[in-house]
Order: sequence, then C-alpha cells, then structure tokens
Amino acid sequence: MGKTVAEKIFDSHRIDNPADDVHVLKLDAVFCHEITTPMAITDLIARGKDRVFDPQKIKAVIDHVTPAKDSKTATQGKILREWARRHRIRDFFDIGRNGVCHVLFPEQGFVRPGHTIIMGDSHTCTHGAFGAFAAGVGTTDLEVGILKGICAFHYPKTIKIDITGSLPAGVFAKDVILSIIGRLGVNGATNTVIEFSGPVVAAMSMDARMTLCNMAVEAGATCGICYPDQTTVAYLWPFIQNEYPDRSTALEAFKAFWPDADAAYAKIINHDVSDLEPLVTDGFKPDNVKAVKAMGTTAINQIYIGSCTNGRIEDLRIAAQVLKGQKISDNVRGIVSPATPKIFRQALDEGIIGIFMDAGFCVTNPTCGACLGMSTGVLAEGEVCAATTNRNFSGRMGKGGMIHLMSPATAAASAIAGRITNSPLFNA
Amino acid sequence: MKDFSGKVLFLDRADINTDEIIAAKYLTEITRAALKPHLFEDIKLDGFHGQDEIAGKNVIITRANFGCGSSREHAPWALEVNGIHLVVAESFARIFRQNMFNCGMLAVELPATTIDHLFQSYAHQQTAVTTNLENRVFTIAAGDQKEDIKFALPDFARALVETGGWVEYADSHY
Repeated sequence: MGKTVAEKIFDSHRIDNPADDVHVLKLDAVFCHEITTPMAITDLIARGKDRVFDPQKIKAVIDHVTPAKDSKTATQGKILREWARRHRIRDFFDIGRNGVCHVLFPEQGFVRPGHTIIMGDSHTCTHGAFGAFAAGVGTTDLEVGILKGICAFHYPKTIKIDITGSLPAGVFAKDVILSIIGRLGVNGATNTVIEFSGPVVAAMSMDARMTLCNMAVEAGATCGICYPDQTTVAYLWPFIQNEYPDRSTALEAFKAFWPDADAAYAKIINHDVSDLEPLVTDGFKPDNVKAVKAMGTTAINQIYIGSCTNGRIEDLRIAAQVLKGQKISDNVRGIVSPATPKIFRQALDEGIIGIFMDAGFCVTNPTCGACLGMSTGVLAEGEVCAATTNRNFSGRMGKGGMIHLMSPATAAASAIAGRITNSPLFNA
Repeated sequence: MKDFSGKVLFLDRADINTDEIIAAKYLTEITRAALKPHLFEDIKLDGFHGQDEIAGKNVIITRANFGCGSSREHAPWALEVNGIHLVVAESFARIFRQNMFNCGMLAVELPATTIDHLFQSYAHQQTAVTTNLENRVFTIAAGDQKEDIKFALPDFARALVETGGWVEYADSHY
C-alpha cells in the first residue's frame, strides 16, 4: 500500500510509538510567538527545565500585539525577548524586523518540503503549502517541542481534494478555500490532513497556496498540504541554492514528498471551480458561506486587509488594482496591515502603499492585531467588518462585532461601495 | 490526579469555539487565575446567563466539535480555573482535545445518540456526574434518575491524565 504525503513525513520522523496510534515525531522546527510561548517559558522555568532542544531550530517572533499596547503585552514581549537572548535563539524577530508569523517564517526560508513543524498557533497549517507537515498545538505541546524537539500525533487520515476546472477571473484562492470549508463544514476534516491537488493548485503562486492551506484548520484539518513543485523550488531557491547543484535536482529531491499513486485516502473529493463566484461568510462560523451577490445591501463600518491569510504582496497588489484612483466610502474605516517589513517595503516601492493612502486607508505596521481583536482595529458593539482574515467567530474582532470573511478584491471593492459587493475584476 | 466528578453544565450547541470559551483579548494574561471570570463571556447560546450558570459546575456536557478554532490552551485553562475538569461531547476539535489531556484533564467522546439521550433526560434539571476512571465509566444522576455511562479512553491519554501531563512524561521518556 502506498503512502500519502503526511504518512511519508510521519514514517521518516517517528522516534517512538508509545501506544496505539500515538506517534512521537522529531521536529525540524518549532515556531514561537509572544501570545502562547510566554506561558510555556514560565512553566518550564517553574519545573526547573528552562532549556531548549536546539536554538537553531527554534524561530521566534513578536507579532500579535506589536508595538506593545499596554503593560501586559509589553510583559509578554519581554518574556519572549529575554528567553530568546538567554538561549541564543538567533532567529528572533523583534520590532522593526517582525511580521505575521505565518508570512514571515516562510519568507525567511524556514519551511521546507518534508519538514515537521509545530507552533502554538492554529494557523500553523499554512506551512503545508510547501509540502511540510505543520500543525498548530497548545502550550503544553509547544513546551515539550521547545524542550525536547518532539511532538506526539495520531497517524493522520488524509482527504485529497482535487481542485479542477479553471478559476474565473476575479475569483481567488480565498474564494476557493471558502467554498471548500462551506462544502466540508467546520468539522468536516477534523483529525485529518487535507492534500490540495489538481491543476488549479499547480497553477497557484506560493502566496495563493498559503492562503489555501491557512484556512484548512477552519474545516478542522490538522494541516493542509500542497505538493512541492517548480513553483515551490523557485520560491525557496535563494535559501537552498547551496544545497542543490540546480533547481531540477532540488525538485527531484522534493518529489520524495509526493504521495504514492496507490496511497489510501479517507476521501477523494473533486472540487471543480470553473463556475465559482466570489464568496463571503455571513454568520459566526467560517462555513456560513454565500455568494457575494447574495449579500444584498449589508453596510459595513470597517475594512481590514491583512493577516496570515491575505496580508501578502500578491493580496495587496490585487486590492490596489481595485482601489487605484478610487476613494473608500466616507462611512467606512479602511485598515491595511502588510504582513511583513519586506512586503511593506515592496508595496512602498511598487506604489501600492500610495494607492491605499490615496484611497483613504490607514496603513499599519506588520502585525496580527485586528484579526483577533487585540489591537489596530477593534470593533465596537454592533459594528460590521469586511475582512480578508480567517475567522468570523463571535467577538473575535471585538465584543458584539460581526466579521464577514472575503478575498482582498472583494474587500477593496466593498470599501469603495461601503457595502459588501463584488469587485470589477469579477465579470458576473 | 484531578477530580472528574461534580455538577453538570449543559451547553446545547455544536461547534462552540475557543473564542467563545475564552476571548482573545484575555490572551495577554500571564496567569491562569486571571482567566476565571471570563469563561464563556462571548458564547452565542440562547438562555445562557454566564457566570451564574458556571458557578459550582465541574462537568460540561455538550454537542459536536467542542473547542474548534484557535490552539489556545487558555481554553482548557479557563475551564480548569473554574473547577471544570471533564468535558463530555459528541466530538472535539483536535488541538483542544489534546490540550485537555496534556493538562491532565478529561475529554470524553460519546455517540450522538447517547448525547441526545443525556440532554433529553437530564438537561432540564440539576444533574451530577461521578466518574470512575479505573473502570472508564461515569454515573449520571438527577432526582431519582440514575445510570452508568461507559466511555472509551485510550491508554496513552489515561497515562497522561495520571502522570499529570505531557511535559513530565516526555522529559522522562525521551
């Protein structure tokens, strides 16, 4: 019997099998941020175990609230900063170099095909876009990852989703993943890995693949995985050029993490996107999905473009294409957070920041901030936000607020209209 | 080992997420105790009156996919500091379930029909659960009604619960 991608990664990283269906894996990287790591650090200190398994394999960033907004968040940053210094964790990204973890770490070349990665953050599934097994974990699992470089998992079943057809103009990876979550439900992939395959994924950029994998967890999945191909190699080439003589050799090596032809799947789904329209969520669950055109005249108070889902350069380019020469409605507050300093600089150099500012947007520093209602864009009771983020849970952006999830194109068009509407990039 | 018995809080909705269990704005706290007053602050559940209903409860019985969403271990901690160490549900989100066991708490899955039965028979009255981990069974009782409910618990999960969690287990085994 052949193996899925996740099975191959499990079988190459297993160090123990202490019980039926408990597989202890060696980790290639442990990612840390200032929200879930300080509790792990203080607990390790309290247990007399203030150690790290390998400072080279630990990457840390302050991203959720930065700059610190109050004494508590300043303390969280301080705990992480001092810990990174104490343990000589060189890849620690503090203010000035910091950005949204799931955008920053791939950008730095820390994610490779076949890797095992954990982080105390549910959107760690994003890194599966590179053909890695990357999973969000709680603080205790993170603690053990930091201490021992291991994590225990159940052997994952895999759902393979063949994304077929051709994506219509003005319809994006965000719409594809919303359609998949709508189809599977928020519980449809719990305890499974999703392999995203097929011609539509093969044609996607790494930015788009990361958007796709980022929201796998919204269907309950442990990780979303794309097969490493020439697009993956091209993205990683600056980081791997000393490891391989040429790109085709690298690609051959990465093919070790393609599934076998006779791999066994829990389910294989054909998901044809030829007739897909721009989608939006309407409710408090990410599977409450409907067509943008079915939204009627839903008025909005705030637009947020950013996050680990859609704060990458490609997302900003698409939004800028819609916003160029336009003004956002007087009734909305527009906020854009380029996800990393590199993206911010690129957007500046390409004139995109100017387009956002001319349209009336506030441009913030790179941070997770508004997505989870921690800073830079919290909603008031009864307010509505059109957001390119990943969760529309009740209270997430502020108590009593409502979030509608959508693509950057739809968000930009909605900012101009003051209500949720399709972008001109989509020809209905 | 923690105590897995006590009065029951029924939460009659599927997909109760971690933002509802503990809102993100409290993730800046660096002590678990600070989470106590904020459990279920943003929950969307008709007729739920927050802290009044949580007080004195030690067990939750709920529907499918409990704990979906974020990885925050603050969710089980918020339960723990309120004295709730056992959650019985039709199913759990992966990370939440693992976090429960990693903290030495119990996440018990029962078939939908059993959960339906528990809601129909007990949700409208004062109900208590007494758990026998050794035999993997709990007794649920209200008024003159009483019955034993068997549950499955993997050996490894039980080892974590008994040794007080994954950190000690991992550091002594690997």
